[in-house]
Amino acid sequence: MAARAPNGAKKFRAFMNSVPVSVALYLLVIGMIIWSAYSGAQSMGYNWQWYRMPQYFYTLTDDGFQWGEIMIGLVKTIQLSVTAFFFATVLGLLVALLRLSGLVIGTAVAVAFLEFVRNMPILVLLYLFYYVLGPVFKLDRYTASVMCLAVFHAALISEIFRAGINAVPKGQWEGATSIGMSKGQAYRYIVLPQSVKFMLPPMTGEVVHLIKSSAIVSVIAVAELTTIGRNLISDTYMSFEIWFTIAAVYMVVTLALSIGVSRLEKKYAVQT
Amino acid sequence: MVQNDTMISVSKVDKFYDDFQALTDVSLTVKQGERVVICGPSGSGKSTLIRCFNGLEFHNAGTIVIDGIEVEEGSKGLRRLRQEVGMVFQQFNLFPHLTILENLTIGPMKVQKISRAEAEKRARTYLERVHIPEQADKYPAQLSGGQQQRVAIARSLCMQTRIMLFDEPTSALDPEMINEVLDVMVELASTGITMVCVTHEMGFARKVADTMVFMEAGRIVETAPPEKFFTNPESERCKMFLSQILDH
Repeated sequence: MAARAPNGAKKFRAFMNSVPVSVALYLLVIGMIIWSAYSGAQSMGYNWQWYRMPQYFYTLTDDGFQWGEIMIGLVKTIQLSVTAFFFATVLGLLVALLRLSGLVIGTAVAVAFLEFVRNMPILVLLYLFYYVLGPVFKLDRYTASVMCLAVFHAALISEIFRAGINAVPKGQWEGATSIGMSKGQAYRYIVLPQSVKFMLPPMTGEVVHLIKSSAIVSVIAVAELTTIGRNLISDTYMSFEIWFTIAAVYMVVTLALSIGVSRLEKKYAVQT
Repeated sequence: MVQNDTMISVSKVDKFYDDFQALTDVSLTVKQGERVVICGPSGSGKSTLIRCFNGLEFHNAGTIVIDGIEVEEGSKGLRRLRQEVGMVFQQFNLFPHLTILENLTIGPMKVQKISRAEAEKRARTYLERVHIPEQADKYPAQLSGGQQQRVAIARSLCMQTRIMLFDEPTSALDPEMINEVLDVMVELASTGITMVCVTHEMGFARKVADTMVFMEAGRIVETAPPEKFFTNPESERCKMFLSQILDH
């Protein structure tokens, strides 16, 4: 028995991993999820109206081709995310360099910023920017959103920079110093280019995270994807169709990004 | 440049790492063109001493004057000094993201602000000098350890240094690659450049050294010309050290 049991387990695993069984099981699981959602909706008398969805992506009328509201919202989400990511990266690099400066005051400022942001819910941070700093500095809702997202993610990005910079061996600094480079030159020509490969994977995760957390600005009614979804539902009451669709749009964008960057990583991995 | 003859002047230097005293009352004078080999057991402060020469570490007491420039943390002359003093490390410390040619040109181009064409011309001259002109377009990881160390020597020379410091340049190499690096160092010695080498390669020391320095526990125990150092060292400790490394 003792000798046969592992053999039986091996056979069972081989059977489960064979293509027809795997595909059948996979379809069964997905089918059950869809069926339970569908039957749940049926039992509450939900009226599915998928046929009404395409117009929110685009319309083709006598006036010609027009993007629908979901696409406009998506563009706004991407615009918001890209802008926020740009400022988050600049601020994050600054905070990381402060932290690594070796100056007591620099480290103190960086750590204070980091702890302040990391220990606060992003929703509270958004309210701070919009309801407190907004009136004081005359920020509109879009600017407040960009600043909130940039500050929140700058804290996380600064840690990615710090880890990436620290991952470059100390000997590289010594090599750069010994040929007379200043600290700035050593960073720019020697250390930062080498830390890119350490930073790329977590940085991608951070962009995905930022795109997802950009949905939070719907609470102050910035017209991005999630807000569009809410508005469409209050017009049409098609909450199931619209939330499924919005979720799918976010997934398409973030998955495309992850796949694109992992291709990029492979390409760079070959070079060095 | 007042005393034209003296290149390195170390006087009563102490160096601490927290509570640990790495160097104690070290004094040493190196003349222009002199080749000095520093040896001693590990942990004796040899590396620390030469790392103080170009400000990779800073001493806590005493003075170090290199070619008329005082080595001091945060001093303005420090970067000028580092351009005059080349350093070759045990672990090569080449820049892995740059080609061999770029490793050699980045210093002259970014630090000395010379043109790319001139920097490349200079780089190829020195690659020729270390016998690997054909490797210019490869990356460091594609080269053997011995080749990498020769590139590191060329990288320092490209800054047109007047002093070369070697910090155990052959310790990380496979045995069959040690000689190709030592050969380059011997050739370099014949050009009249000032050299300070920390090394256990006693054959090399015998061949090129003008002065042997023996260190132990952060102090210079003995300084002597090689003929005397190898045949009739004064201190017992030095005799013992030599018998240990020469018997094999």
